[in-house]
Amino acid sequence: MTMRLSRKHLTLIVLAALVALAPAFFPSNFYYRIGSLIFVNGLAVTGLVVLIGFAGQISLGHAGFAGIGAYACALAPGYLGLHPGLAMLGGAGLSGVVAWLIGRPILRLKGYYLAVATLGFGILVSMVLANEAGITGGPDGREVAELGLRSALAAIGIGLNNAQFWYAATGLSMLAGAWVALNLHDSPSGRALRALHDSEVAARTVGVDVARLKLQAFVISAVYASLSGSLLALMNRFITPDVAGFLHSVEQVTMTVFGGVGSVPGAILGAAVLTLLPQALTVLQQYENLILGLIMMLVMIFMRDGLLPSLMRRLKGRE
Amino acid sequence: MTLLSVEGVGIDFGGLRAVNDVGFSVSPGEIVSIIGPNGAGKTTLFNMISGVYRPQRGRIALDGTDVTGMAPNRLAERGLSRTFQNLQIFQRMSVLENVMTGCHLRERGPVLGDLLSLPSSRRRSAATSARANALLERVGLARAAEREASSLSYGALKRLEIARALALEPRILLLDEPAAGCNAVETEEIDHLIAEVAKSGVAILLVEHDMKMVMRISGHIVVLDRGEKIAEGAPATVSRNPKVIEAYLGTQAAEAGDAVG
Amino acid sequence: MPELLQYLLSGVTVGAVYALVALGFTLIYNASDVVNFAQGEFVMLGGMITFFAWQAGVPLPLAALLAILAAAAIGVLLNKLAIEPARGAPVASLIIITIGASIFLRGGAQLVFDKQLHRFPSFSGDDPLRVFGATILPQSLWVIAGAVAIFLALWLFFARTLTGKAVLATANNRIAASLVGINPNHMMTLSFAVSAAIGALAGVLVTPITLTSYDLGVAMALKGFAAAMLGGMGVPAGALVGGLLLGLIEALTAGYVSSVYKDAVAFVLILAILFIRPQGLFGRGTMDRV
Repeated sequence: MTMRLSRKHLTLIVLAALVALAPAFFPSNFYYRIGSLIFVNGLAVTGLVVLIGFAGQISLGHAGFAGIGAYACALAPGYLGLHPGLAMLGGAGLSGVVAWLIGRPILRLKGYYLAVATLGFGILVSMVLANEAGITGGPDGREVAELGLRSALAAIGIGLNNAQFWYAATGLSMLAGAWVALNLHDSPSGRALRALHDSEVAARTVGVDVARLKLQAFVISAVYASLSGSLLALMNRFITPDVAGFLHSVEQVTMTVFGGVGSVPGAILGAAVLTLLPQALTVLQQYENLILGLIMMLVMIFMRDGLLPSLMRRLKGRE
Repeated sequence: MTLLSVEGVGIDFGGLRAVNDVGFSVSPGEIVSIIGPNGAGKTTLFNMISGVYRPQRGRIALDGTDVTGMAPNRLAERGLSRTFQNLQIFQRMSVLENVMTGCHLRERGPVLGDLLSLPSSRRRSAATSARANALLERVGLARAAEREASSLSYGALKRLEIARALALEPRILLLDEPAAGCNAVETEEIDHLIAEVAKSGVAILLVEHDMKMVMRISGHIVVLDRGEKIAEGAPATVSRNPKVIEAYLGTQAAEAGDAVG
Repeated sequence: MPELLQYLLSGVTVGAVYALVALGFTLIYNASDVVNFAQGEFVMLGGMITFFAWQAGVPLPLAALLAILAAAAIGVLLNKLAIEPARGAPVASLIIITIGASIFLRGGAQLVFDKQLHRFPSFSGDDPLRVFGATILPQSLWVIAGAVAIFLALWLFFARTLTGKAVLATANNRIAASLVGINPNHMMTLSFAVSAAIGALAGVLVTPITLTSYDLGVAMALKGFAAAMLGGMGVPAGALVGGLLLGLIEALTAGYVSSVYKDAVAFVLILAILFIRPQGLFGRGTMDRV
């Protein structure tokens, strides 16, 4: 087990080093913002690694939970007088409860049926957010309160500009998320999840309560999605119902599978590449969809396990 | 001193009577074999006993408690463990992790502890790892512990499944063709392993095509043909039963006589 | 009462389109176990190609035929270049591949054509017909007739022709089918061609009513997927019932409850049905073999 532990720590150290050292190469503040977007997506895809990569359960509706997290931060401060930070935690709690409630019936479904059920859930959330304009501000979105942590940090002598602060905040959140997911991977619950992914019937016969474990993975990934939605809302100070939309769900599943669905660093790499790509393609804006679609197909056909695992295997093969 | 008792169980698939009115019992430390030609319903019977299928007729009791139709994980909690004819390995996990998962009932704990890697969770994992390593030693797979399970040979996977089933510390172990695809040396090792496990008081229910092995280690044999029990008894009695020779051994009677002799 | 009839008529029209898209999902699923999320793009291609060919001076019927053939060819290419090489990949990967194909086709359409909304003339004029106090567009009748014709033709194809039986056999058991001399890859190619053509036909029929643009594929795919699941994936009759049901529920919800939540009710219903019958209305239950 010592070998495995060190792999977990190695992964975390490499991730932390990348987060910490990248700013040295940033020519402008704009890059802090792109970095933050990568980390927010990185947090969401780490949750999907738990659900899709560990437990083998697909979801095309996790943006629905991101929507709950985002709108918790947008609405709770105004309506309930809650601090935005607490609203973020409240949103995560709410997402967890919602996931627990809908997960019980939904997770009895398999494969494409599970895909359509989760998709339905996500669409319902985004529809409510778009249509209840009286509360949510409707399709045009609404402003989000200031988190206020940056001024608190400034008061104790840590002066960061807005972009730098969010770079640090989202980066640390993503690292914490990665740590938790890596812990789970090598824990009793993580083994049971991965076992039911490979053979549900064998997992049952060794005593795994499959329904319960799937539900746990669903709730965990919902909390990840919710937190990432909250961070996005707080960082942008603005949110629209698109955060809960089908395309956002698909985008995150794509990042996860693209980078390597069974691997936390892989999925984060997927999030980085697919967050950067549209930025790089803005020059070729009219070709963006064409290239994005092509890359998605090519990677899935030629690198079935995703970018990182396939690259690692190729490197190992050469040694 | 009956541990498992099966009474008149049956199940139909579509219009087909896959298993009908089969009954027998197994005691602690006893090795009972189920034999019969392909399609006789042996694996279906296994699937009913281990809770994978719910029997449509009859009753299954474990240690006196009715467990008919109980979910496999609940049966596992009651000490029933099994292997699979066509292998149900956790492919993407290491050999060691496969066996560790077999210890699930012993190592499971609050998921929050697992997420935060609390000391209690780490302790459970460490204890399981030690136990799993010992089991791998026992089935001769210690050197492959860190390899990905899918990279093992067929015979090694069979032994891995037995190790995983044993990790549960079962009171009754169902083995579905444990020696299939194994060479003579491996078969003999499995043979010894089964006898050893039985000696420690575990009840064993075996489906196996290797007649030599069945005759050598079973205390009791149940013969199925087309879903029905056609005979049962001690190996010597069963092998002389004309019904068995006709239905099961059929044209291979000479070969079977050879196997029994 | 005329109100109800009005809703039913518009529900059946929309439902017929959903049924055709769902049928496309089902045909491909049967042949390859793949749910093709690019299915909606064929509807888009049908409308867009017809419009641009028509605008370039091609007579409308010929333009429509051209669009359907082009879509079928793209369907075959999609199968050969993206689906066949990925045979055996996990569900999540296949979903990404077909979604990638959908984005790719959308990107292509946006380049080759444009980002505007387009419409070409209805086949039989735009004067609404009066039916018991409600009205229906002649084009709606074309849509419904088109769906009926396709389902009839398909039923005959499966029930009466050797090729149709071969497709069914492949869907049932790929290995057994190949043992009796059926080439499963040919069956897959055929299924992609036919379901792309059906999708394009739906696009041609419905464009005079709902207009077309490069980005309508996603919404179409979602509705078609939902309809196919509602009826039971892999069952052609399920696609018909699922599509019509979805269309009717949407129209009734829009009429009596709230037009903004018409899509929501459809998905609530799908969730409810999946909870009660996880295999869909007409799907067969399966038992894991171990």
